[in-house]
Amino acid sequence: MALEDMRPPIESGCPDGFQYMHPGMRKNYGQWKFHEHPRPGVLRHVAHSGDEIWTVKAGTQRILDVYSLRKLTEIGDKFGDGYVRFTIRSNIEYMVSDEAKVQPLIDALGEAGFIVGGTANSVAMISHTQGWLHCDIPGTDASGVVKAMMDELIDEFTNCNMPNRVHLTTSCCQINCGGQGDIAINVQHTKPPKINHDLVANVCERPTVVARCPVAAIRPAMVNGKPSLEVDEKKCICCGACFPPCPPMMINDAEHSKLAIWVGGNHSNARGKPTFQKLVAAGIPNNPPRWPEATAIVKRILKEYKAGAKDWERINDWIERIGWPRFFEVTGLPFTKYHIDNWRGSRNSLNASTHIRF
Amino acid sequence: MDKKIHPTPMLDVLEEGPWPSFISGFKRMRDQHPEKRINEMANSLLGQLEHSYETRKGYWKGGTVSVFGYGGGIIPRFSEVGNAFPESKEFHTLRVQPPAGNYYSTAMLNQLADSWEKYGSGMVTFHGQTGNIMFIGTTTEGTQHFFDEINEYGWDLGGAGPCVRTAMSCVGAARCEQSCANEHAIQRHLVNTFTDDVHRPALPYKFKFKVSGCPNDCQNAIERSDFAVIGTWRDDMVIDQAEVKAFIEAKGRDYIIDNVTSRCPTNCITLNDDDTLTVDNHNCVRCMHCLNVMTKALTPGDDRGVTILIGGKRTLKIGDLMGTVIVPFMKLETAEDYEKLVELGSEVIDFFAENALEHERTGEMIERIGLVNFLEGVGVEVDPNMISSPRQSSYVRMDGWDEEAEKWFERQAEKAAS
Repeated sequence: MALEDMRPPIESGCPDGFQYMHPGMRKNYGQWKFHEHPRPGVLRHVAHSGDEIWTVKAGTQRILDVYSLRKLTEIGDKFGDGYVRFTIRSNIEYMVSDEAKVQPLIDALGEAGFIVGGTANSVAMISHTQGWLHCDIPGTDASGVVKAMMDELIDEFTNCNMPNRVHLTTSCCQINCGGQGDIAINVQHTKPPKINHDLVANVCERPTVVARCPVAAIRPAMVNGKPSLEVDEKKCICCGACFPPCPPMMINDAEHSKLAIWVGGNHSNARGKPTFQKLVAAGIPNNPPRWPEATAIVKRILKEYKAGAKDWERINDWIERIGWPRFFEVTGLPFTKYHIDNWRGSRNSLNASTHIRF
Repeated sequence: MDKKIHPTPMLDVLEEGPWPSFISGFKRMRDQHPEKRINEMANSLLGQLEHSYETRKGYWKGGTVSVFGYGGGIIPRFSEVGNAFPESKEFHTLRVQPPAGNYYSTAMLNQLADSWEKYGSGMVTFHGQTGNIMFIGTTTEGTQHFFDEINEYGWDLGGAGPCVRTAMSCVGAARCEQSCANEHAIQRHLVNTFTDDVHRPALPYKFKFKVSGCPNDCQNAIERSDFAVIGTWRDDMVIDQAEVKAFIEAKGRDYIIDNVTSRCPTNCITLNDDDTLTVDNHNCVRCMHCLNVMTKALTPGDDRGVTILIGGKRTLKIGDLMGTVIVPFMKLETAEDYEKLVELGSEVIDFFAENALEHERTGEMIERIGLVNFLEGVGVEVDPNMISSPRQSSYVRMDGWDEEAEKWFERQAEKAAS
């Protein structure tokens, strides 16, 4: 197409959401009084005006084909008020002003194979990334891991009877786009990158790659008469940060890219300040199509949390109360030298006291 | 479909079990979609994904694709095994900015589905981790046509690369009694001021705005955004003592002692003998715990505003960082208040653009230069709310002490006078 025929974009940015909002929510914007959780997957919000909004939440496969998307909108038109939203964890929420619509909505969603739940003290839908389906640097899949795990955790999603909510996340490389979670299942590479020296000079901007390394383990080098890069393998922490700017530094490995599990990430300010997740298990095989070893550890941690935590304790609150030695004891997970941090600020994670539980 | 169906023995396993299966969805597109372009693309995509499952490796590489007039907003994907799976060898994603709070009418979702079916794979995610609608899978040509069509009815691309990224907000004041802010207005004022920086990546690295209406921070703003705006209040929490009594009647005194008063991080909530609650509001840190437990009895106060934290990010490159309080409290009611908010956003982005190293996030820049240098750069005065504790190390040169102390007393006097 000739340049003059190209259509200039309308730079409208983030659209006005009020046009897509349920009229009851528009009317009572900022005027809500309280909410209740009458049953799993359902919320009842009451405004100062006396108006009510009932919400039915359902889990989906996140990557929707248009048939599934149209099924969701059809349910919204037929049984709801035609207004929905998506949560940060990609659940769909139907908002209706009449309680009488709640049960038919739940039935229709169930019949179509969507899973009503995910509210309050549930194991929420796993927040995840793109993985093998679309990412250029994935160490594993994302949608498949999540599907396999949610099949196993579905009762915790639909029953909402954990001590407090549990947010799960997965990340398919160590950049950790999945974010912090009460339990995070993340790729952990265990070997330095394998470098294809024939390609580096043509594909990679070498100073950029050198600068990208968190531990300064990469330096320019001539290899076989070609300008390339070399890695000090003693220094290398196998993070894979060099791979995105330089794909010939292949970090993904069918056998040595493992999974690791981290716990205690909590974004809320409730009770304590927000917390980062901590390493608890690693060396877990990246085992498609159902990743049973990773799922087994997640279920083990959830079982102990459910049994041991007090009401309203998130996983980080629970571990803070019982202590890390007890966590490793009750979960049966090995404690290794890799659990002791050596990154910047690591002294803050050491026990400089006689506070020891016997 | 004329093509041979790629066998998918490993992916087929993901059709089993009760959770909705994305593989079944892809197969519906392959087996039921009447249009050859789409059903062959789904077949090809399934083939490549199965190949990834078998070899445990990804086969996409990036590239440079954008729409006319923009430099970003598309995640280009070219297959490294395109010879074996040619119909999905170009499989780009368009990142489209959702409304704040992710609200949609079903009619609008259907309209978007129609457009996407015309030009793309028919696969879509609400939403990616940055917050965009992800329209997954189209050719270079398809990106332009699809964008042109949806741009006409109100949708714009989000950020990708070193730029201001698509922003996110929680459900907010539209449905939540705990919201202390107008998340819609905050998100749109901020991100729509910087549309040029969204569409034309020219910053050292990404820059994210996220908005949560209260300190529960459902949007993960503190840990995931460079500029987190969190709703809060500074007067007294509202207590409905009749609802407190009703709560105790329903749940018992032990429950309220175990789950409300003893969980308060600053011991500022007391249960009285007459089954009422007293709150030492001056010592309350607005953590939200008691409000989360007693949703009918306790609500935020009326003098509402926001706290702003700067510099949160994930692992790359120096490790995870939470945002740091830069503005402890700011009212957001008048047009002037919003102007101040946007001004602060501009100051921070300008300083970031000029001072961050390539591929360095705002939080990492602050770590490198120190918070005080950052504050001076963006014109914000120091405040004890910015720290967990004062300095522990005596290794510091402090010959400007008297002037700095004088500034503090002047600011205190100004505050007292206003």
